[in-house]
Amino acid sequence: MRLRFGRSQGAGRALLVGLMALLAAVAACGNGSSGQSQNVKLVWWHNASEDPGKTFWAQVAKDFHTAHPNITVEVVPIQNEQFTTKIPVALQSSSPPDVFQQWGGGQLGDQVQAGRVEDITSDVKPWIGQIGSAASNWQVNGKQYGVPYSLGLVGFWYNKDLFAKASISTPPATWDELLADVGKLKAAGIAPIALGGKDRWPDAFYWDYLAVRLCSKQTLQQAAVDYKFTDSCWTQAGVKVKQLLDASPFQNGFLATPAQQGAGSSAGLMGNGKAAMELQGHWNPGVMNGLTPDQKGLGDKLGWFPFPSVSGGSGVDGAMLGGGDGYSCSYKAPKAACVEFLKYITSVDVQKKWAALNVGLPVTKGAEGGVADPNLRNLIDIRGKASFVQLYLDIAFSTSVGQALDDAIANQFAGSATPDQVVKTIADAAKNR
Amino acid sequence: MRLVGSPDRRQALAGAGSASDRAAGSTAARRRLRGRVEIGLFVAPALLLYLLFVILPIFMAGYYSLYHWSGLGDVTDFIGLGNYVRAFQDDVFQGAVMHNFTIAALSLLIQLPLGLGVALLLNRRLPGRAGLRLVFFAPYVLSEVITAVVWQLLLQPDGLVDATLRAAHLGGLVHLWLADLKLVLYTLFVVITWKYLGFGIILFLAGLQGIPRELMEAASIDGATELRAIRHVTLPLLGPTIRIWAFLSIIGSLQLFDIVWIMTLGGPAGASTTMVTYLIDRGFRRYAFGYGSAVAVILFAISLVFAIAYQRYVLRRDTEGALTRMVG
Repeated sequence: MRLRFGRSQGAGRALLVGLMALLAAVAACGNGSSGQSQNVKLVWWHNASEDPGKTFWAQVAKDFHTAHPNITVEVVPIQNEQFTTKIPVALQSSSPPDVFQQWGGGQLGDQVQAGRVEDITSDVKPWIGQIGSAASNWQVNGKQYGVPYSLGLVGFWYNKDLFAKASISTPPATWDELLADVGKLKAAGIAPIALGGKDRWPDAFYWDYLAVRLCSKQTLQQAAVDYKFTDSCWTQAGVKVKQLLDASPFQNGFLATPAQQGAGSSAGLMGNGKAAMELQGHWNPGVMNGLTPDQKGLGDKLGWFPFPSVSGGSGVDGAMLGGGDGYSCSYKAPKAACVEFLKYITSVDVQKKWAALNVGLPVTKGAEGGVADPNLRNLIDIRGKASFVQLYLDIAFSTSVGQALDDAIANQFAGSATPDQVVKTIADAAKNR
Repeated sequence: MRLVGSPDRRQALAGAGSASDRAAGSTAARRRLRGRVEIGLFVAPALLLYLLFVILPIFMAGYYSLYHWSGLGDVTDFIGLGNYVRAFQDDVFQGAVMHNFTIAALSLLIQLPLGLGVALLLNRRLPGRAGLRLVFFAPYVLSEVITAVVWQLLLQPDGLVDATLRAAHLGGLVHLWLADLKLVLYTLFVVITWKYLGFGIILFLAGLQGIPRELMEAASIDGATELRAIRHVTLPLLGPTIRIWAFLSIIGSLQLFDIVWIMTLGGPAGASTTMVTYLIDRGFRRYAFGYGSAVAVILFAISLVFAIAYQRYVLRRDTEGALTRMVG
């Protein structure tokens, strides 16, 4: 008996030694990225997994290294949809990326609350002014936790030819005009509005925008802090949505239509002239063009008009719904190098080059000239005149509430929730946040 | 002569045995030990991976499920069974469970007779039998993702399905296949059937190969019609295959995900949500990892209870001697 015990103990010890060696090796790997020497490495996760963005950011990393030889940037492009699942896991780990894609708003708030994002308020103070008010969406409690490089707008893209066919001379400026134009388009046998209901977030644009028109700025901002949805303006948003739904303005089977995949998607229907308008982000022309046989889309037949005004609300005139892209430094990042990199990315020079890709609206003052695309140029002017840009509500709120909001609104679009139920579902999600 | 293991022997070892006795015992013990160390060494790597990637995550999910946790920060907000209570009270989750059970029931009711019928036909001597088998089996080889994307295109309004129906003067049958809340689950079931029928057929064909021809011949000599022969000879002998197929089909129905996620994302308005799409949606889309874990544990429990009950009561006679008793 004694002998056997002794032997197995020996085997156990060998196993333990092996395990420890393995752990040591793993630990060594983890330590590799944060050396104490002069040379610093930044691991950078961005969401431009396709060209032109992919090549562009690779060049940015190279140029930055040339200007700062002691800082190496390791670029890791990650497909956009994968980001949402990878980021929380990576931030929870002990070796997160140093610089990573950041949409701001409530998700940033969650990350800050968990202590996973670096406070860079004082570091960016000297130069953050050049970005203007866009930077405020990357703040939490007045402190800067990220820096945007783009801020886009949501509005109606429309087909000028189809509007003319329905004898609509000017795009609708008020909610009632929009409803009237829906009637005219239907009378002319044209699907008035394309909607990617399968993806749910396009539905939410309508509700969000109506909330922006009906709720005061104070109410909107306070909701992202205390998550109280008691103001009647939230329910009113749903009441207006019901008005629109009652006019059945969307294409046949819109509940199962994807927003961006294939010619049958809402963007595909728009691009191929099968629907007259679509409430979508600034990126939509790019998506539409890619879904047409000649890759050119509607060309100059494409127009844009802002979400119409709604009477009787306390929303700020000219307020816009939008959202953008930015970067944050994680809690493990070498702060000085990371901030230096953010400064470089948002410099006029880099922003101008990025603007020339015509994929979005740059934020740094002086970079506007880089945008060649007339649609995007137009949006930059409009953004300049906007009183403020409200982040999409699913981004502005904590992720769990934001996604519940998208679902609740989608339920109303599917006819299985009333305006009251939408608000109640959102409030319930806020309680379980 | 003393037999090994006889009472005398044991007595001898227990008492003050001779020196040679003790040496022999020690050698045997050493050999046994060596055998165990060898087994340990060979099993350890696989066991380690199994523990690390299967057993540990199950326990971690159980642990997280007791907390309110967004996936970020420390796991500190203990809420006991709160997540489970919330899940069982949630209409969408209740709907998801119902959808899974509906798909499982439909599979048994429709796929089983259909698969059996086709397998019986394909088991006969037909011209072009190999080609037909290929036709039925091909969808199973396609990946779920491709299947889902193709069917999504076919089923979109005015897509190929609608156009075909109209061309056949069946325009009245055209529906919003994926956008109709009452219809979407059944549409998905048709796609799932198209995809997995081939698998059932292959299993049944393999089972049919194992049934000796003589039995059918004997039945026909005894004057049994073909239908009676199938009913009383083929089906009973195909029993083990059918039971295994049903087991796989039900487990697959409970864990249904890919096709639903791609074609509908569980929508519209949760009309096609399954337990797994629900769990991915809540866990990863809403960052409710504690809650998502609770849903995962519930799914695991349902599958486990079903699997054990099925093994115990349905598969027992098929596996008798192989699993239920020690071999050798």
